[in-house]
Amino acid sequence: MNQTSQMTVSDEVAIEITNMNKWYGTFHVLRDIDLTVQRGERIVICGPSGSGKSTLIRCINALEEHQKGKIVVDGTVLSSDLKNIDKIRSEVGMCFQHFNLFPHLTILENCTLAPIWVRKTPKKEAEETAMHFLEKVKIPEQADKYPGQLSGGQQQRVAIARSLCMRPRIMLFDEPTSALDPEMIKEVLDTMIELAEEGMTMLCVTHEMGFARQVANRVIFMDAGQIVEQNEPEEFFNNPKSERTQLFLSQILGH
Amino acid sequence: MSDTHAQTVAFVRETEIPQSPPPALEAGAVKWVRENLFSGIFNTVLTLLALYVVVRFAIFVFPWFYNGVWEASSRKECLDILREAGKGTGACFAVLVDRWDHLVFGFKYPQDGYWRILLAFLLLIVAAGPALFSSLPRRMLLFTAFYPFLAFWLVWGGSLWLPLTILGLIIATMLVFRLISSQIPVNIRQIVSGVIGVICGAGLAYLLFIGAQELVFIANSVGTEGMIAPIAYGVFWIMAIFAFVFCVPMGIFVGYAIYNSYEDGGLVSIVASLLFGYLAFVYLLSPIWMALNSIIPIELQAVASRDMGGFMLNMLLGTICVSLSIPLGILLALGRQSPMPLIKGVCVVFIEFIRGVPLITLLFVANVMLAYFLPPESNFDLILRVIIMITLFSSAYIAEVIRGGLAALPKGQYEAADSLGLDYGQATRLIILPQALKISIPGIVNVAVGLFKDTTLVSIISMFDLVGMIRGPIQNSTEWTSVYWEVYGFGAMLFFVVCYSISQYSQWLERQLNTSHH
Ligand SMILES: Nc1ncnc2c1ncn2[C@@H]1O[C@H](COP(=O)(O)OP(=O)(O)OP(=O)(O)O)[C@@H](O)[C@H]1O
Ligand SMILES: [Mg+2]
Repeated sequence: MNQTSQMTVSDEVAIEITNMNKWYGTFHVLRDIDLTVQRGERIVICGPSGSGKSTLIRCINALEEHQKGKIVVDGTVLSSDLKNIDKIRSEVGMCFQHFNLFPHLTILENCTLAPIWVRKTPKKEAEETAMHFLEKVKIPEQADKYPGQLSGGQQQRVAIARSLCMRPRIMLFDEPTSALDPEMIKEVLDTMIELAEEGMTMLCVTHEMGFARQVANRVIFMDAGQIVEQNEPEEFFNNPKSERTQLFLSQILGH
Repeated sequence: MSDTHAQTVAFVRETEIPQSPPPALEAGAVKWVRENLFSGIFNTVLTLLALYVVVRFAIFVFPWFYNGVWEASSRKECLDILREAGKGTGACFAVLVDRWDHLVFGFKYPQDGYWRILLAFLLLIVAAGPALFSSLPRRMLLFTAFYPFLAFWLVWGGSLWLPLTILGLIIATMLVFRLISSQIPVNIRQIVSGVIGVICGAGLAYLLFIGAQELVFIANSVGTEGMIAPIAYGVFWIMAIFAFVFCVPMGIFVGYAIYNSYEDGGLVSIVASLLFGYLAFVYLLSPIWMALNSIIPIELQAVASRDMGGFMLNMLLGTICVSLSIPLGILLALGRQSPMPLIKGVCVVFIEFIRGVPLITLLFVANVMLAYFLPPESNFDLILRVIIMITLFSSAYIAEVIRGGLAALPKGQYEAADSLGLDYGQATRLIILPQALKISIPGIVNVAVGLFKDTTLVSIISMFDLVGMIRGPIQNSTEWTSVYWEVYGFGAMLFFVVCYSISQYSQWLERQLNTSHH
């Protein structure tokens, strides 16, 4: 075992999802999802393509609307009230598969935009914070470049720094490394591991099983819109209970 | 060699052979000509053919320019001068000299006021600077905001206090908006919201009630005789009943909606500032500017809109309509994307309607039809009507161009903005529009250039812009009848200079905004 998965998890509830269902038109994407995440917990979500992993974490910050059930984030109930949604979004950071940096702004401006406009932080202070987090993801020297001038791995680290500048209490990652070349994956994962070690609450959709073993408290396996199995990483990888999980693991670990 | 190469490996070269220039056939002009003009038999034939046409054209046109007569008082005199000099062909540029003022300023604008137009034009360049070039100091934008009022005074004349008072009232309206939306404490805003809610609710209910009575009156005057009248009678009565039934509930609904917005202040501040602006313009504008003018009169000779003409009129219409239709186009494009069906519907209907109608029809409507609908005593300026029509027309096209830009943005940009907690206004202003507008620049410039050239259509509704001037007063005069090439060529040149500058500017802007250096 390694040290990170032993880190303390508080009793405080960060996210509580009860009996949540979602449809795209008539297509039932998410069925009866129940999930409670404690503050400081690090959760890895995996599953076959199209199983609804992205949809699930996008429901948490209301990028997708759920039709049934209840989602409580940080004590705020997600409803269609715009004020609640904006509040939750400013507390929950998100990193996307394709980074989604703002190409017309410099790296520094990407990082200071939301603090200045949403948090009303003075520009100078926002820039200091931004530089702090850019140093943390080890690219302070790129601050004045534009996203188009950076490599994929650097862009993803900027995206992480951009989210962190809002000082979120929860971070969501949607396959942050799957658009990257192998040599860049490590630099992004290292950043995420560091974040985990600081006790950030994280929900991460990824197929990086090494990362899951190293930092996750819990691995969740989804299939066809349902949570099929969830367990601690060791148990999950060594003794998967359901057949579906065994098949999936044999496929992705097999080569 | 250098220290780093202390252990030299035999097969590694350390010095570069000096570069030798490429052979003449591979460099510069010769290479270009060979590759582009004579790269095959077919290309060679085409090149020679084109060369022949160009040379023949030059032989034909050049003497025409070269022999051109610049001083004469009529076309006949021109021809005489050419004949005396024994020259077969020659242009009669004297018309440009003779009618220069008319071509540029129109034939009714007072001559001692030409400096006003020139000054307005020079200041336009200063005012447009900071809007077009972001490297200029941002503080100059203050002058840009002030410019329209100054230019209005310079071109139309009258009292300076009129535009200044309008400016003052606009600023006051914005202050009212600021005051109510963010500066007063919530509990006072609650009271204000209540008062404004009651005023607007009662006002709306009253208007609907009057409208209902009006409808009953119309229904009764239509009567029930004949084939169609009973239907109209029924329809008007149904509408009247609706208005009667809903006047109070609608009033309460709207009033309550205004009151209910007291917490974040959005709706109440908009309604309150609009109300204030309306009342101020109706009741305060004329007393204030007249009073100020009687204390310190600052006046220029007033010029009626009818007296504007020449290329100046094209420039006037072009700049005003372009600068109004871009913001309007942005709003329409955003409205068309709105999830709210009412807003979306209005924008779609407007855009599709305008795009389905030729500009010339709209101009006729502006010229003739509006006069029927407006009360006879309202002297609703013809130029103003034309400006409104051209602006509506081009804003519909610009909206479609911008919609293309919005659609070209990856969905991830919207999601990233949302996930950072930016609200709709912030996301639109800071993330979406800058990128969408950048994509839309070529399209917008295309519309702007087209619009500028389309301003010559006003010659058809008997306004004397550059083309109207040439077709009317100049070619109908006894001296200059049947002078075509010189005047139209001159007009084409003026338009070309302006349009080409716009297109060069847009290409420069695209290069400036290009931040993706892959
Ligand atoms: N906007 C949409 N409209 C309709 N169906 C959608 C939409 N977005 C996703 N889906 C469907 O919902 C299902 C779940 O999609 P989701 O993106 O959550 O899968 P995923 O588990 O993240 O897959 P992947 O590993 O490929 O990213 C898929 O079958 C997909 O086709
Ligand atoms: Mg996905």
